[in-house]
Amino acid sequence: MMVGNSIKTDAKQAPLIETRGLTVKFGRQIVLRDITIAIPHGQTLAVIGESGCGKTVLLKSLIGLIRPTAGHVIFDGKDLAKMSDAGLTRERRRFGYLFQSAALFDSLTVAQNVAFPLRQHTDFNGEKIRETVLARLAEVGLPESVARKKPAELSGGMRKRVGLARALVLNPEAMLYDEPTTGLDPIMSDVINELILRTRKKHPVTSVVVTHDMQTVRKVADRVVMLYALSRLKPDEPQIVFDGPPKELDTSKDRRVRQFVEGVAGERITELAEQAGAT
Amino acid sequence: MAMALADWIADLGEVVVNWMATLGDITLFFTRIMAWMVRRLPRRETLLPAFYQTGVLSLPVVALTGTFIGMVLAVQSYSQFRMLHLETRLGSIINMSLVRELGPVLAATMLAGRVGSAMAAELGTMRVTEQIDALSSMGANPIHYLVVPRFLACLLLIPMLTIMADFMGVVGGFFYSVQLLGIDSHHYWANSQKFVGAYDLYSGLIKSLFFGAAIAVIACHRGFHCDPGAEGVGRAATNAFVYSFIMILVLDLFLGIILNAVYYMIWPQGVTLL
Repeated sequence: MMVGNSIKTDAKQAPLIETRGLTVKFGRQIVLRDITIAIPHGQTLAVIGESGCGKTVLLKSLIGLIRPTAGHVIFDGKDLAKMSDAGLTRERRRFGYLFQSAALFDSLTVAQNVAFPLRQHTDFNGEKIRETVLARLAEVGLPESVARKKPAELSGGMRKRVGLARALVLNPEAMLYDEPTTGLDPIMSDVINELILRTRKKHPVTSVVVTHDMQTVRKVADRVVMLYALSRLKPDEPQIVFDGPPKELDTSKDRRVRQFVEGVAGERITELAEQAGAT
Repeated sequence: MAMALADWIADLGEVVVNWMATLGDITLFFTRIMAWMVRRLPRRETLLPAFYQTGVLSLPVVALTGTFIGMVLAVQSYSQFRMLHLETRLGSIINMSLVRELGPVLAATMLAGRVGSAMAAELGTMRVTEQIDALSSMGANPIHYLVVPRFLACLLLIPMLTIMADFMGVVGGFFYSVQLLGIDSHHYWANSQKFVGAYDLYSGLIKSLFFGAAIAVIACHRGFHCDPGAEGVGRAATNAFVYSFIMILVLDLFLGIILNAVYYMIWPQGVTLL
């Protein structure tokens, strides 16, 4: 039952993040349709699916960067769509977000990037900020010499780790990872996976990991949700084609899930060729 | 034939709807800027770079433009005034044109070209590379952090840039008229003083405030709504200048009408050059 912008539920059972009938449209294109997911405190949820199926849109909706066309996103009992600009800004301090491209501010140094949330939301003095920044960088395996560099001088893996240090600097209650291992070599991908695990061990954080890297899914996730592109679904078919623990992915009888997990092109090559021929 | 007409009407309708939506969106954007400005002033470290970029770095180009436009006015007006043996009145027409019209409009145009396009390109790049989303995700409001400092810089510094354009235009006009055309200096200044009043200067400065606000709002809005890719950023920068320039001219017309009406309400007999 909704009262104001809060939704009454039993506090012990209430999920930290929840979507109810979430639908997102861009112009005439529907990207997400009637997505209902509840993520309990402390759970690490992996959202998988092919490119363009709406994974990143779902992740951005969870933090209010994209407003739903219909439905609700509820964080800790509060409906994000009903919050004011200032209220939403305040609530976002409880999140950490690792962007696909790391999204570091290119006009600032690495240290200034990691210090940004501290300067915004704490009254730490310069020395305390410096100490915290260097400690966070060390946690993700980056030396002090990196702190003075600009993001453009870093490799992809280093940028991701700086992004992770920045996202974790305020000890968020919820961490959102957008394709954390995309574009990285296998070793660096595993480093990022390990860092995600370590973060969970250190802080009781609720995480959502958007990925199509099955190694990440198997290593970090407690639960997996698979989205399917709406363009390939009938109007009455649900967009979530799998919701369960990672080990059930291998025993799933759904052809779409098996195809994704096994990474088999199958009939897709014929479909793509037909589409190209049609245009 | 009927189908073609229906398509044409549908296309026109779509253009009108898009324009109205953009106008509504810009109005909402402006109200959000105002709300954040009232709620909390930006920090020094975000304000100072915006003021430096907008004010200090724009000074040379605005001064140069002002100087040349003052001299151009002298060149163009001299032959007409000489035919009427009114060369000494040149100071009044040059300085009046400068402080009421050309100073504010040219300073604003230079600001739109130099600062407005750069703002749109910078914010557009930040949008495309998810840096604006990153700001939001860290609990920093992008309007408060990125737009309000730029808005305040344009709003507060454009009157000063206008004064610089006016001053250098007056100097340029004087130099060309007195030093090169040989017009008597005493009468040049006496006529200027007689016909150009404080109201003319203030009306130019009032206009410049509106121009500065329009440039900042349009440029930041274009940057925030930038399409993906290098082409999108380029288009945002170009559109920021084109829309700002159109808005400067539209505002100039309507503010000119309003400020003239106010002038004639205060001084009904007006002023004559002859």
